Amino acid sequence: MLLDKILESLFPSGHTVLVACGLIFGRGALADGDSIAVIGVDGRIPIGVDEAALLSGHVLDVIKSGGNEPILILIDSDSQRMSKRDELLGLNEFLAHLAKCLILANKLGHRTIGLLYGHTAAGAFIATALATQTLLALPGAEPAVMDLPSMSRVTKLSIEVLQEKAKSTPVFAPGLDNLAQTGAVAITLDPDRSLAHQLTSVLSQPVEREDSRDKLGKERNGRPKAADIAKRVYELARASV
Amino acid sequence: MIIIASDKALPPNNTSASTDSWYESSARQRVENLLDANSFNEFIGPELRETSPHLPLFDLPEQFDDGMIVGYGRLDGIPVLVAAQEGRFMGGAFGEIHGAKLTGLLRAARDIAWLPVLILFDTGGVRLQEANAGELAIAEIMRALIEARFAGIPVVGLVGGRAGCYGGGGLIAGCCSALAVSEQGRISVSGPEVIETNRGLEEFDSKDRALVWRTMGGKHRRLIGGAEVFADDTVASFRDAARFLIKHAPSMSLEMLEAEQFRLTQRIEQFGTCADAADIWRSLGATKPQSIPALPHPDFVALANDLQEPHYVAR
Repeated sequence: MLLDKILESLFPSGHTVLVACGLIFGRGALADGDSIAVIGVDGRIPIGVDEAALLSGHVLDVIKSGGNEPILILIDSDSQRMSKRDELLGLNEFLAHLAKCLILANKLGHRTIGLLYGHTAAGAFIATALATQTLLALPGAEPAVMDLPSMSRVTKLSIEVLQEKAKSTPVFAPGLDNLAQTGAVAITLDPDRSLAHQLTSVLSQPVEREDSRDKLGKERNGRPKAADIAKRVYELARASV
Repeated sequence: MIIIASDKALPPNNTSASTDSWYESSARQRVENLLDANSFNEFIGPELRETSPHLPLFDLPEQFDDGMIVGYGRLDGIPVLVAAQEGRFMGGAFGEIHGAKLTGLLRAARDIAWLPVLILFDTGGVRLQEANAGELAIAEIMRALIEARFAGIPVVGLVGGRAGCYGGGGLIAGCCSALAVSEQGRISVSGPEVIETNRGLEEFDSKDRALVWRTMGGKHRRLIGGAEVFADDTVASFRDAARFLIKHAPSMSLEMLEAEQFRLTQRIEQFGTCADAADIWRSLGATKPQSIPALPHPDFVALANDLQEPHYVAR
């Protein structure tokens, strides 16, 4: 689904969302008359230090303007920008900072919602979509940790062998279904229905205090052990003091 | 005959071990020698054999602790929670079990609300054989870490292992309250081979060791403000750094992140056009930047403190 169509369906009462150099900024009007801040990445651009700093600056502006305006982050990105300049300048700090800003916004009372409508991968995925409280996706979204050809190079297994193995487990291969099964994507939206209604319904659900993605991954048979291991360590640590 | 049965008769720590190389040590040796003698209590240790449920699909060997050690101990008498990655097992990469142990530890730190956390990084990033579980584990760890910091808990990262601190490991390190890094402790998102494969040899020659250390190594990270303390490659030096940083770790707030936004955007303005780390060091005021890679630990610490005050309040 193209960004223009998505924005049209999300905000029938209007929006001020603009795209400049692949970055999305603006506000949309919700059905109840309130506004939602919109940021994101369009056109499958990579996220380097410059992009990350602009996005985090916008998140901080939303927090500073007070209130508890929700934040929607729309993602169709490449992975992190793989370059000497970005690593020289400390890309890990910029991506971590962006994730920190989104998570802090959440802690300070802003709902944060991600919407995957295209590609995303690796560090860009962690710093944006995976740093939101609720991650939504549209059919056709292509989240990936790493593409199969690169994975084939590193694991020294042929793409055919990897594709065969991917039939028995969602744990490693790219794709929306696999990431939904492991608990990363909470809800896949229906593009044939009003996105505004579906967004309103997500916003009206009570806020979960706990990160429940590991439990979701267990329920959906995507991550059999993470939730139990985390819980056991949690209980042992609490019992040690 | 006098039988010495008191704990006090034991040396406070294994002094010979404390001069051991951090880089050469295993994760278990690091934990044992970093903490007060016999103070470490592991959660879900290797005897429970909680191995990866996914590696058998790839006919790969498992390790009984899945390359992650978590537990409780004391550092100079101060109770701490500790996590350590074993870089020699699957490159210290994050898989489902490996990551979930750290998630659980950080969630506990958040709710206990007074125990500091030490993370001994040694990782190439996500374990590709369980890539989706690893990627999500990193996201869950970051959320729990930030929530712990928001609750006022210092989370200190120590980076100086064989595998460095790459990929999602670099992002987690960037979320810590403070970092100590040694010369060997590379911190980066994309590894040298990844950049070379995607962008070509002209962009980054991964075989050029000096270039790798200069761009991603501990000295550069200390100089640009990516780490607070430059540690020597010994357990003793990391121990001193950990003790110091637990006391100085900043908490998490809106003001803190505004300060970090300023710090990072200033970095792009100051150094955004530099082609190489040596150019950055020169613009910081280093008169002989080409000599920095060979500087011994104390000389480099003096130079770094002279060129760039460590930032304790913008992370």
